[in-house]
Amino acid sequence: MKRRLLPGGLGTRMVVAFVLVSSLSALTTAALTFYQARTAILQRAQDDAVRELRAQLDSLAPDLPARPAEADLRTLVLQLDRAGGARDWRTAAGYRDGRLVSARSPAPDLPVHLTDTAASATTALVQRFHHGGQPRLAVALPVALPAAPADRPTRPSGLVVYATFSLAGQQRDITSLVAAARAGALPVVLASIVPALLAARRVLRPVRRLRSAAETMATGDLDTRVEVTGHDELAGLGRTFNTMAATLQADAATLRSMEAKARRFAADVSHELRTPLAAMTAVTGVLDDDAASGDLGPDASEALTLVADETRKLAHMVEDLMEISRFDAGAARLDLDEIDVGELLRKTLALRHWQDQVDVDVPEGLRARLDPRRVDVVLANLTGNALRHGGPQARTQVPAQVQAQAQAQVRVRARCSQAGSLVITVRDSGPGIADAVLPHVFDRFTKGDTARARSAGSGLGLAIAAENARLHGGTLTAANAPEGGAVFTLTLPRDPV
Amino acid sequence: MTHVLLIEDDPAVRRGVTLGLRRRGHETEAVGTGEDGLESLAACPPDIVLLDLMLPGMSGLEVCRRIRETSQVPIVILSARSDDVDVVVGLEAGADDYIVKPAGDEVIEARIRAVMRRLAPSQPTTEAGNECTTYADLEIDRSALRVRKHGTDLTLAPSELKLLLFLSAWPDRTFSRQQLLEQVWEQSYYGDARLVDACVMRLRAKTEDDPRHPRYIQTVRGFGYRFGPL
Repeated sequence: MKRRLLPGGLGTRMVVAFVLVSSLSALTTAALTFYQARTAILQRAQDDAVRELRAQLDSLAPDLPARPAEADLRTLVLQLDRAGGARDWRTAAGYRDGRLVSARSPAPDLPVHLTDTAASATTALVQRFHHGGQPRLAVALPVALPAAPADRPTRPSGLVVYATFSLAGQQRDITSLVAAARAGALPVVLASIVPALLAARRVLRPVRRLRSAAETMATGDLDTRVEVTGHDELAGLGRTFNTMAATLQADAATLRSMEAKARRFAADVSHELRTPLAAMTAVTGVLDDDAASGDLGPDASEALTLVADETRKLAHMVEDLMEISRFDAGAARLDLDEIDVGELLRKTLALRHWQDQVDVDVPEGLRARLDPRRVDVVLANLTGNALRHGGPQARTQVPAQVQAQAQAQVRVRARCSQAGSLVITVRDSGPGIADAVLPHVFDRFTKGDTARARSAGSGLGLAIAAENARLHGGTLTAANAPEGGAVFTLTLPRDPV
Repeated sequence: MTHVLLIEDDPAVRRGVTLGLRRRGHETEAVGTGEDGLESLAACPPDIVLLDLMLPGMSGLEVCRRIRETSQVPIVILSARSDDVDVVVGLEAGADDYIVKPAGDEVIEARIRAVMRRLAPSQPTTEAGNECTTYADLEIDRSALRVRKHGTDLTLAPSELKLLLFLSAWPDRTFSRQQLLEQVWEQSYYGDARLVDACVMRLRAKTEDDPRHPRYIQTVRGFGYRFGPL
């Protein structure tokens, strides 16, 4: 398989989406867990601190005078500090609006907000803050006076005890939690690539199969079918593809058989026409003789001439049809011989008495390996057309004195191209080929000038010429010269295989 | 006047060709099957045989082979099938020329005349004593139109004899197949070169000791054929 994961391909997109979804879910899970765990840790730390502080105070506060002096407060905080134990907190106490008293100086830093609100508070207040880059927790606990009757609500005594301690331990716990979440989420995300690739492959395999099948079919192989398994959407697509291929194949087969039938019909018809034509053409000479003898009436003579001429024309047309049928059936074969091109061209013209009407320009000793009969057919057709449409004979309407000056206007030129092929051009000075006709000039039964169409040819001449060129592995092209007139170019390899 | 035997199964073609040739002064005997043709050939030997390839019963090719077993009468195939294989097989069976149907009476007559014409039309004028020439084991008598090998007469079909006489008249000179078509078959430059090839093949089979390594009629690749050098 040459296609793996293309950037921007369907597979890549699927893997990316898969990884995105899995990392999103992993991240969300980790974040939620982290948040919950962090809250729980901090909550426990501050609950413990408040509970302990309160327990200490509950045992120490009754010893305090109703209006504690600074010394009393100092004693209290000393005792509290000592009782802090492992928590290592630092405590301070303030009475009414007096200043805060702590066991050691300087007094522990407390958030201003806390001290402000603590004075009027009735319950414990906690606040987290940072001091010296360390997370710390401050607890403010207003000390309530014991109520004289137990069922009356307590009232603030005006004494507030503060405790502040480091949350570094908890911070460490939380950091390790983050590390654990990260360590867990990243491998999960990476690991999700594997099932993503597997899933992508599983989905893409039928898509790829479809694609290669479509490519094979695009090259003309209509036998192509895809293997369909399962009942999902892709299987449905595969089945649709197969149906389409089957329909196309059936259509193509129908078309081919119709075309083959049409061709066979043309071949059969021409073949069947040949036998009666053979009988008729065998007596055309007799008809000519009798028509020319003068023994018959003028009508009879004319009728005989007409029949004889048209019979010959019909025979020629059937011959051309047979030739085309042979090309269609692939039965035409080359009979190659090494030939002097100049001699070939001169013989072609001499055989038809055209040598005085055509300029020939062929270098001496130009030899090529070709089928002389077929090249003769091509050259005779091209030269005949040129003489008919652009040669001196085509100028019957011009005044006699101009006609007398008129040189042979059809030029045939043969050269060996640089690529080593034989190039023969036949050029005339006629009106050229109409732009609308030019693309169809080698089509069967296309005639350049419908008004004069009956005068010559079966309408197959150029088609046969083109087929002959193709049989040689060469080409035949038609164009109009810039200075006017049609140019036919026959290009033949000098040594066809 | 030439006596033509026409073997052709289609009655219309038979009538047409007979009519056309009779008008041109040839006496034509027309038969519809190969068997009748062979019978007629034995009863009254014609000057030339026009033979259709597609015949009911015995095929035209078979008829051609049978005629060649006993006779050197010129044979021209008259065939509606210009398919290459049939023509080549017909020529190899010993026919001297072929005409593709449909063909006008003037074409048929021209081919008949060409085949019937006096042999070796452009041979150099030779002195009387010089008419019998010996080339290795081959002895060619131009006046008697006879070829002997090791003293025994060879039976050569008209086209074979014409080709051998023409080539041997200019030993060591190479002729292209087109030239041979023009000179020996009196065809145009564009006649079917396979006429030459098939005839050379038949001639070699009769004259050469080893037809695959010919001594008399040699191939010059890319140009044509040559008699000798021995």
